[in-house]
Amino acid sequence: MDSFWSALGGAIGLVFALDPDLMEIIGLSMRVTLTAVLFACLIGLPLGAAVGTFDFPGRTLVAVVLNALMGLPPVVVGLLVYLVLSASGPLGPLRLLYTPTAMIIAQMVLVTPIVAALTRQVVEDLTREYSEQFASMGVGPLDRLTAMLWDARYSLLTVALAGFGRAVAEVGAVIIVGGNINHVTRVMTTTIALETSKGNLQLALALGVILLAIAFAVNAAVMALRASAVRSAYA
Amino acid sequence: MIRRTFLALAATLFLCAQTGHPALAEDKFIIVQSTTSTQNSGLFDYLLPLFKDKTGVEVRVVAVGTGQAIKNAANGDGDVLFVHSRPSEEKFVADGLGVSRADVMYNDFVIVGPSSDPAGVAGSNDVTASLKKIAESKAAFASRGDDSGTHKAELRLWKAAGIDPGANSGDWYRETGSGMGATLNTGTGMDAYIMTDRATWIAFGNKGDYTIAVEGDPKMFNQYGVILVNPKVHEHVKADMGQEFIDWILSKEGQDAIASYKVDGQQLFFPNAEKGGS
Repeated sequence: MDSFWSALGGAIGLVFALDPDLMEIIGLSMRVTLTAVLFACLIGLPLGAAVGTFDFPGRTLVAVVLNALMGLPPVVVGLLVYLVLSASGPLGPLRLLYTPTAMIIAQMVLVTPIVAALTRQVVEDLTREYSEQFASMGVGPLDRLTAMLWDARYSLLTVALAGFGRAVAEVGAVIIVGGNINHVTRVMTTTIALETSKGNLQLALALGVILLAIAFAVNAAVMALRASAVRSAYA
Repeated sequence: MIRRTFLALAATLFLCAQTGHPALAEDKFIIVQSTTSTQNSGLFDYLLPLFKDKTGVEVRVVAVGTGQAIKNAANGDGDVLFVHSRPSEEKFVADGLGVSRADVMYNDFVIVGPSSDPAGVAGSNDVTASLKKIAESKAAFASRGDDSGTHKAELRLWKAAGIDPGANSGDWYRETGSGMGATLNTGTGMDAYIMTDRATWIAFGNKGDYTIAVEGDPKMFNQYGVILVNPKVHEHVKADMGQEFIDWILSKEGQDAIASYKVDGQQLFFPNAEKGGS
């Protein structure tokens, strides 16, 4: 394991030396994942809240489908997005294949069901508590939806973090639609896969530790934000 | 409300595509569908900056197995195909998907094995005899099993040895269905013999107690070829820049650059483009 520690030391050295290649890779990882999670939340939060709030025929089926889609294999998502964005596919003329945008789309497809399914559960539990109140006050559907999302906001932060965790750790989809092109679509996970395939196992593991540390930092930042928001809300 | 959200979404995605990607605006790049051996060996990291300095054209390499590279190129997802399975390449051109094919460089395949050498093939330069010994002794053999150039070459050699390894799949013959590096990682973990191109092996960082067991048989010759994807089939193919890259890599300058690339003092690829040809 000696070589692992020296590789880890070397990798951490690269981080603190602000090595331009590594910074570019980390920056692209964050840009792709955070954008994907943002769009996944824009779609998944209202969608999940709607399914959790309103009664409609087939609601249980929709809930089951959303839950099932949480298990979408990244490779399958990568293939689907590849086939759609390929020059021979329906959106080929947009020339998005092998760009960061393609990676964002793939991760968005992967994360949206997670956000929607978990939001539905959170909101459905809350709806049970609120439904009589809403009925007696005659609150309209749109206001009910926004009230639900607002009151569940702290739980939904954790939902977003679950989506972030899935996206940032994922390699199967982005390597297919991004192509792992150096300086263009190479992110942390595809770099780790590449170094593993070169047999540089220690370096790959060290990069994995750094990815974990970044995920930790993002989670800590969100939790700190939440804590200060809670404090100011009850101050 | 929903429609507005979607419009905003589409607009933002579009903006991401535009602003995040300055290179798209100038369009000074080509996509080369190539193989893992050329990437993992570090050859492209060495060659492409030279080409970019000279022409200003950025080359974006998608490194996958030869089979997948050919399929991607057939879908039009690339301007140039740079792979190593001559029969498949010639079929690609014959099918009208590629303009023409040219030899670029070669190296050779080797069979690597554990120092215990369970099949007793170490030091051999006769690949078919060695494969027969491996099959007879039922020593583990890890195959790519992924329709790559190396996999296809391996299957041709088994056929030449008169053995159908697929009949023993899951027994001593183990198909990893993965790239060269992953297969080397897996194979060395189970003391299996593995056929690999020499470049990937030299650059590989997890050799353990493995050494080259079989090498030097002319049958293990490994030729790389380059093909421009046919712009008549896929009209968005950047034929001018793609041809510029092909011309450069076949020129004396490109060929010299290939020859001068070394890892640990060893030359990994040997240029053999026809002189004056392009």
